[in-house]
Amino acid sequence: MEKIVHIGCAAGFAGDRFDASGPILADMAGRAGPKYLLFETLAERTLAAAQRLREQDPEQGYSPYLERYLRPCLAEAKRLGVRIVSNLGAANPLAAGRRALELAAAQNIPNMTVCVVTGDDLTAYLSPEELQAFPTVEGGAVAGRKILAANAYLGARPIAAALAMGADMVLVGRGVDSALALGPLMYEFGWEAAAWDRLAAGTICGHLLECGSQVTGGYFADPGFKDVPDLAGVGYPIAEVSADGSMVICKPAGTGGLVSRATVAEQILYEMHDPARYLVPDCVADVSEIRLGEAGPDRVRVEGVRGEAAPETLKATLCVENGWLAEAELSYAGPNALARADLAGTVVRERLARLGWDGPLRVEILGAGAVHSGGGAPSFGLAPDGEYRLRVAAPAPDREGAERVADEVLSLYCAGPAGGGGYRRQVTQEVATVSALIPRDRIEPHIRLHRIGGDAR
Amino acid sequence: MSQNGLLTLPLHAVAHGRTGDKGNTANISVIAYRDAGWPVLLEQVDEARVLALFAPMGATRATRYLAPGLKGLNFVIEDALQGGVNSSLGLDRHGKTLSFLLLGEVMVTCPRAAVPEGSPYLK
Repeated sequence: MEKIVHIGCAAGFAGDRFDASGPILADMAGRAGPKYLLFETLAERTLAAAQRLREQDPEQGYSPYLERYLRPCLAEAKRLGVRIVSNLGAANPLAAGRRALELAAAQNIPNMTVCVVTGDDLTAYLSPEELQAFPTVEGGAVAGRKILAANAYLGARPIAAALAMGADMVLVGRGVDSALALGPLMYEFGWEAAAWDRLAAGTICGHLLECGSQVTGGYFADPGFKDVPDLAGVGYPIAEVSADGSMVICKPAGTGGLVSRATVAEQILYEMHDPARYLVPDCVADVSEIRLGEAGPDRVRVEGVRGEAAPETLKATLCVENGWLAEAELSYAGPNALARADLAGTVVRERLARLGWDGPLRVEILGAGAVHSGGGAPSFGLAPDGEYRLRVAAPAPDREGAERVADEVLSLYCAGPAGGGGYRRQVTQEVATVSALIPRDRIEPHIRLHRIGGDAR
Repeated sequence: MSQNGLLTLPLHAVAHGRTGDKGNTANISVIAYRDAGWPVLLEQVDEARVLALFAPMGATRATRYLAPGLKGLNFVIEDALQGGVNSSLGLDRHGKTLSFLLLGEVMVTCPRAAVPEGSPYLK
């Protein structure tokens, strides 16, 4: 019988639903063959906050959601032989591994083995001066700004090696999201390091899974045009992958959502630039001639991914301090609401000018084309009556400056135009990210595998 | 609206899409619902039209890539996000809503077969 590897993904971003693993595991109970469950929870700038937590407490710095994702699924995954692969490790994968073992022990799960991959944290072996010297490709310069975190995107090979060590769970920090799926496939099918078409197919498998329900009807519905059944009960995806790299994307039985050529096509091109050259550490994938076919209800066959040799450099994300952001809003409704909201914006501008504010300032009216306007004046032809919401946003070098901007919107409650209500404010410490390209030989010698728990204990 | 059996409709009638972001660059996919919509996309939705739409927001360049296997175009639009998640003062820092701006603002002339059966545009 043909070997099929089953890979489900129960989280597509930090803060995704915590209960999506249940239906995936229930579906996998009836499946034969190797089975994997992925959680992708690491955004680019998340690492800055995680690194700060680790500096305060050496046992912190992994995903703050680790327990909420793992607690509901650990026992059932172990019982079914479903191996977990995730980047919940964030800035401290080893501490994440220890915490996962504690959770397993608390549930009396015997013989749990966790493998942890480290080496993505560049601050552990490169100085700030060395980091600043690498060429940047996105996000501008690093010089003169404090580096909060610097992490390389590792590929799939360490994950495959960790699975070969018998891990029930592999935890990584920064890695390319697609490697969470490619690692298991390399291990299961013994794909060689230069089998570019296969590695590209496994990469696209990971790309399709890594945003969770975005391939199964999430982020797709456009009522009347693109309808999705039972969106509230959307099932998270499962890929059934064959040794030749072809795959079927489907979802757990009994769940809502939709898997169609359209849902798969949207996710293939999501966050992609040239579809013929999708660069990851493991290969360059080409989806320009990919073929999608209906393979039953909520089942789409994906084939025809091609690959080329992996890039010489690895991408790294550097997180740097970027000051503070003030945002504040206030609503106006009913007769002449647009003019009152507009006057409110003028008052804020004039007040800040009189107080000596000379930084950038965005004043806009939600409901008057603000989201798509680029911050310009309200469009003509808007209804004078209705519901409009003033929004003010400004960057500031420090918290105090940001608070001052938000306070000016607050003061409209008494000193602004008539009838403003529903004030909300948010003052946020900002982190900027910069992408740098770093030669592999500066990173790969530092990659380590750590086997903890199980019979190693 | 109908001329020589052709319809003039927003791109939204014949295609769907999604925005992604990397730094200050947005990518917007435009995928034909039907085979008959694919030549419409190829012939009428070009870099100049897309750049013109996003230039008022600061965009400096639009590059069109083809994914014929998906009957899809992929536009990569540089400087479209007013700084993006790093520094935009706008509400939608990722530009997630921009796909619908493109689908709504670009008009195309297409055969009826390019529009899915049951589409509200055919009612």
